[in-house]
Amino acid sequence: METFLQQTLNGLVSGSIYALVALGYTMVYGILGLINFAHGDLLMVGALVALQTVSLLSAAVPGLHPVILLIAGVATAVPVCMAVGYLIERIGYRRLRNAPRLAPLITAIGVSFLLQTLAMIIWGREFHVFPQLVSTSPMEPMAGVVVSPLQIFTIVVAFALMGGLMLLVNKSRLGRAMRATAENHRVAGLMGINANGVIAATFIIGSGLAALAGVLFASNYAIAHYAMGFTPGLKAFTAAVLGGIGNLPGAMVGGLVLGLVESFGAGYIEHLTFGFLNSSYQDIFAFVILGAVLIFRPSGLLGERVADRA
Amino acid sequence: MTTNSTALALPASFALDRRVQRPLVILLALAAPLIALAMGKSWVRVLDFALLYVLLAIGLNLVVGFAGLLDLGYIAFYAVGAYTWAFLASPHFGIHLPFWIVLPLGAAFAGLAGIALGFPTLRLRGDYLAIVTLGFGEIIRIFMNNLNQPINITNGPQGIDSIDPLTIAGLDLSRDLDLFGFQISSLLLYYYAFLACVVFALILVRRLQISRIGRAWAAIRDDELAAKAIGIDTRMMKLLAFALGATFGGVSGGLFAAFQGFVSPESFSLMESIVVLTMIVLGGMGNLAGVVVGAIMLTALPEVLRHFAVPMQMALFGKTLLDPEVLRMLLLSLAMIVMMLVRPAGLLPARTRYAHRDRRTA
Repeated sequence: METFLQQTLNGLVSGSIYALVALGYTMVYGILGLINFAHGDLLMVGALVALQTVSLLSAAVPGLHPVILLIAGVATAVPVCMAVGYLIERIGYRRLRNAPRLAPLITAIGVSFLLQTLAMIIWGREFHVFPQLVSTSPMEPMAGVVVSPLQIFTIVVAFALMGGLMLLVNKSRLGRAMRATAENHRVAGLMGINANGVIAATFIIGSGLAALAGVLFASNYAIAHYAMGFTPGLKAFTAAVLGGIGNLPGAMVGGLVLGLVESFGAGYIEHLTFGFLNSSYQDIFAFVILGAVLIFRPSGLLGERVADRA
Repeated sequence: MTTNSTALALPASFALDRRVQRPLVILLALAAPLIALAMGKSWVRVLDFALLYVLLAIGLNLVVGFAGLLDLGYIAFYAVGAYTWAFLASPHFGIHLPFWIVLPLGAAFAGLAGIALGFPTLRLRGDYLAIVTLGFGEIIRIFMNNLNQPINITNGPQGIDSIDPLTIAGLDLSRDLDLFGFQISSLLLYYYAFLACVVFALILVRRLQISRIGRAWAAIRDDELAAKAIGIDTRMMKLLAFALGATFGGVSGGLFAAFQGFVSPESFSLMESIVVLTMIVLGGMGNLAGVVVGAIMLTALPEVLRHFAVPMQMALFGKTLLDPEVLRMLLLSLAMIVMMLVRPAGLLPARTRYAHRDRRTA
């Protein structure tokens, strides 16, 4: 029972981060029908920019409160990522909007590798230690279940952001424009919506979420690295497909479910395969789920679209 | 009419007469290693690797360029071929089978892996297919990395070494050949063996492209629904593309294992899949001449950078700002982005009579 609760908690923490990144994928897919391959790398950019700010600031002003450092890190990472996200859309994807499907996809792969290479040039190949800005001292609310303030913080922030995004999309003027553009570009344009502006806004919001997810991810694993965005990016994409791509609540549910499956899978795989496979196979779950969903239920858990249209 | 794709693809001003062009290319291919040998042995090595990559690019082009299925896990088939050779011709399991058993087996296993990947993904198109194939490649790599326990199959991240070299009719290609007092370098022997494979592959694929199957692939690539409507068995054709493409990867992988004498999961990362894809994109998807040119260019790139970019940076800034490996990645990623924006059909675009003028890369 304790193991069960512990795995649930761990799953929720990583799942809520996947969900934040998945939202970015699903928003862009919903509007453009494009998988923004470079989205996972924005998570890396966010984490490394935040790390840079924190280390510069703590060197310049020693003894600052960690919360101030965290706020400063986030306050630089989010705008930087938003700018990068906007530039990617403006330079890379906008001109290819009516090109054959393969073209923007190859561009996206190129952008992803470009971001990684630039990060490698700026920050080097080594793994950087990400400082513990939120306490990780373990608490034990129940016998056998360990939880840290950082984990609670991660879950709370992620859920708050998701709630905020839902409000934005469902209640605000911009949100209505986004939904209209997702439904049909051309008709939305006829209704006086600036489709290019809406698409840019979508990229900017998604990139901001990715930056925050990056800070949370790096805090939880205490490292930052130029290639750190690849795996969570892929898993977040899986989460988006699992929930039904193009569907915002779907991305959240998908992220959480994936986090839980991974956590339980890693915990129990040795028993299930009689010791043949162990927890180093954890990363396989995402791909297996992705394959299974695409074969058996391409529209995802909550989606109504069909994958074949992709 | 059988059109020569090279002659058609080149801009009119560069287009040489076919009768001049063909012997010229053959002569160049035969003489290339001798010229390279004069510049140093490492350049011959680069040429050998270039031919292996050409073989890979031809195979991937079959899947991406002809049939329009974006496969980002292609390197997995290369891995299957390489590990098959490593298992069946090395001291790792103590099995030493000759190449004419191992190579076809590797090709067959890779082809089966291609079918295994193709079957569940038949319904997917475009971006979904790309992600699933990418995942497939990663799964294969994770297994290679971890299957050293509880039973040691792949020897994990350390890889397998002292793999048997290619031995044809008693001639061991890893040793320099002594022919009437002339020393023929092992690198040259491998070059001509690989060249033979590449030429065979080129002829085979060229015949395929203009056959009924090739035209069916082009139809599927351009409009799958229409292809189905005119009676093409799209499932069968897509599976065939996956299986044949994978077979080329398997052969190339086996040759790689024999040439290198060592395989480890590190050689089969996602980056490698992307590099092969960039070769096709750069050269011209769907055009064999373009694919060959792209593969040779990108294989030679790191070596060229090492020889020219480093001294140039030293001269300009007094130190090496970007090491060749980083510079290579930078150029690769920029090539993908810029090519798609500026020249989406590649340096030597495919111009077959079956392609639409406005949807060349569809």
